[in-house]
Amino acid sequence: MTQLGGVIKPKTKRSKRFLESRAPKLTETEKSAMIMKGGNTSETVTRALKDIYSLKKPNAVLYKKKNITRPFEDSTSLEFFSKKTDCSLFLFGSHNKKRPNNLIFGRLFDFHVLDMIELGIEKYVSLSDIKVSKFPEGTKPMLIFAGEAFDTDNEHKRLKSLLIDFFRGPTVSAVRLAGLEHVLHFTALDGKIFMRSYKCLLKKSGCRTPRIELEEIGPSFDFVLRRTHLASDDLYKLAHRQPKALKPKKKKNISHDAFGTKFGRVHMQKQDLSKLQTRKMKGLRKRKGEVVDEEQDAEAPKAAKVES
Amino acid sequence: MAACSVEELLAKAEQEEAEKLKSITVLKELELDFDIGNLLACDKNRIESRDFREQKKEDFLRSLARDNTQLLINEIWKQPTERVEEAIVAKLPEPTIPLPREKPPPKPRPPTRWEQFAKLKGIQKKKKTNLVWDETAKEWRRRWGYKRANDNTKDWMAEVPETADPNEDQFAKRIKAKKERVAKNEFNRLKNIARAQKVKVPGVGLTPKTKQSKDELGRAVSVAKTSTASMGRFQDSLPKEKRAKNTGKKRKFEPLIGDFSNERQKQLELLKVMDSKKPKLDITKAVNKQMREDDREEAAARHKKGKKGRQGNMSGKPRGKGGKGKGGRPAGGRPGGGKKKGKPGKH
Repeated sequence: MTQLGGVIKPKTKRSKRFLESRAPKLTETEKSAMIMKGGNTSETVTRALKDIYSLKKPNAVLYKKKNITRPFEDSTSLEFFSKKTDCSLFLFGSHNKKRPNNLIFGRLFDFHVLDMIELGIEKYVSLSDIKVSKFPEGTKPMLIFAGEAFDTDNEHKRLKSLLIDFFRGPTVSAVRLAGLEHVLHFTALDGKIFMRSYKCLLKKSGCRTPRIELEEIGPSFDFVLRRTHLASDDLYKLAHRQPKALKPKKKKNISHDAFGTKFGRVHMQKQDLSKLQTRKMKGLRKRKGEVVDEEQDAEAPKAAKVES
Repeated sequence: MAACSVEELLAKAEQEEAEKLKSITVLKELELDFDIGNLLACDKNRIESRDFREQKKEDFLRSLARDNTQLLINEIWKQPTERVEEAIVAKLPEPTIPLPREKPPPKPRPPTRWEQFAKLKGIQKKKKTNLVWDETAKEWRRRWGYKRANDNTKDWMAEVPETADPNEDQFAKRIKAKKERVAKNEFNRLKNIARAQKVKVPGVGLTPKTKQSKDELGRAVSVAKTSTASMGRFQDSLPKEKRAKNTGKKRKFEPLIGDFSNERQKQLELLKVMDSKKPKLDITKAVNKQMREDDREEAAARHKKGKKGRQGNMSGKPRGKGGKGKGGRPAGGRPGGGKKKGKPGKH
């Protein structure tokens, strides 16, 4: 028996490794995206999908065939594909009369759709239309969001979060300064969203920090926001829940005051003052039969200052 | 003259410094929000749409992007740097912006039955060495697995115990015992999984155990007997076999036709009840009614007494007063455990 109530027991080491790579992890690896097209696509959409695939490349799957689904009406097939390829981001392109040149950005949580945002392409310049040298594949882009709509409007906020999730690339501990080559700039203005992709040229400025010049490399889009499917607050909160093991442990007995001075609380046992050795004098010598009344100071542990 | 030149030089140097900084500084009304861990910047400043329309669109966007990128780069360059293989590397902090997870956090494996028991009893795992001394081979060998030490499966001879049947194959017996142990282990593993998943497992039939109790055997027999296509209808029972306990009742119906006398009697009885003007006396109902009436009377009496009586309400109901004083109720009318709301002292 290999399967019982959704529990799969691997039969070989290889399948065990495979299952482990798919299992939920404490610290997750980068999300990968599946990029697919619907029943009908225009040339613009097809090229746009290919361009976004090349931006996202090592962590993306480009579906070659048509998939006749409508994510806003029935997301089961998306969930199936997500399970199959272990992708939690998707980009779905379609084109019809009602919604021409349509892109749907979305993400999934636990193989169920969390957010979906539909964007219509109004203007598009492809990666290959601009004949300049590009950046190497897999470069972690710098993401910049401009416009107050990204901070005020609920849908734009979610879109911003989704785009960060989509394009941010792997989480790294360090980055090579000369390798910061790619800038993705999103501007929300007049109800449109302008996505521009630039190559970043580091010029000498005379001081340590270089001066930046930008060169457009494409793809560039002018998007309009169409339908949205946002997760309920409960689900959204649930998806953000971090495991306990990842939360930093609280350090006890250390505090800081307003000036940044470090205080450590030291716990000491009560000192027996009756046995305290003071100056020896003949007059203070204990006599036989005298009852020494013990004086005990009940003091709370004091906060001692520690050199930081 | 010399002093003047020094001042001039200083001023010149200062000016140069300022010019250098000028090329990398960008003035913004509101400061940008940075998340250096993600190489992310958010510009909250209002974009004047008039500027946007007047200027060329692409140029405006590029200049906006340049300014923002410059600010982000300035911030990244502030991070501590390191030299790794002739490349300058900036250390990035942890990403701060909250993003949803891909999958829910992993759950700890639920403890097995043995682990629960061990925890309850405080049994701790003991670490055993991997290698043990093999007396016959005179070398250190693995405790388990291929080429194990003191391997009793490779014996060419086995002792026949005195109590055992001399014709029994001891080697086959050992192999069978091993197979049974493996099967039992697998069964336990599956049971643990089922318990963790809260799936119901069939608890009938013979479960592998060293020794089955009489009860379990009896149940297994009855299950085996009814596990035929005809639900055990044609299964013969043994001469002294007892009926299995707790097997459930079988409903029995009267035959549709026949036994007219019995049916006639039933119908007549029903008609008699319906015809009579006297109401049928339900004893339990009557007793309950009487008890409730008594209670009400008592409560009314207490209420009349005034607030004096209420003070001692919590400490105890008037015990001796109500209980024995009132004997005017039918003797046989005590409910046989139907209603529990009797007074203390009457039970």
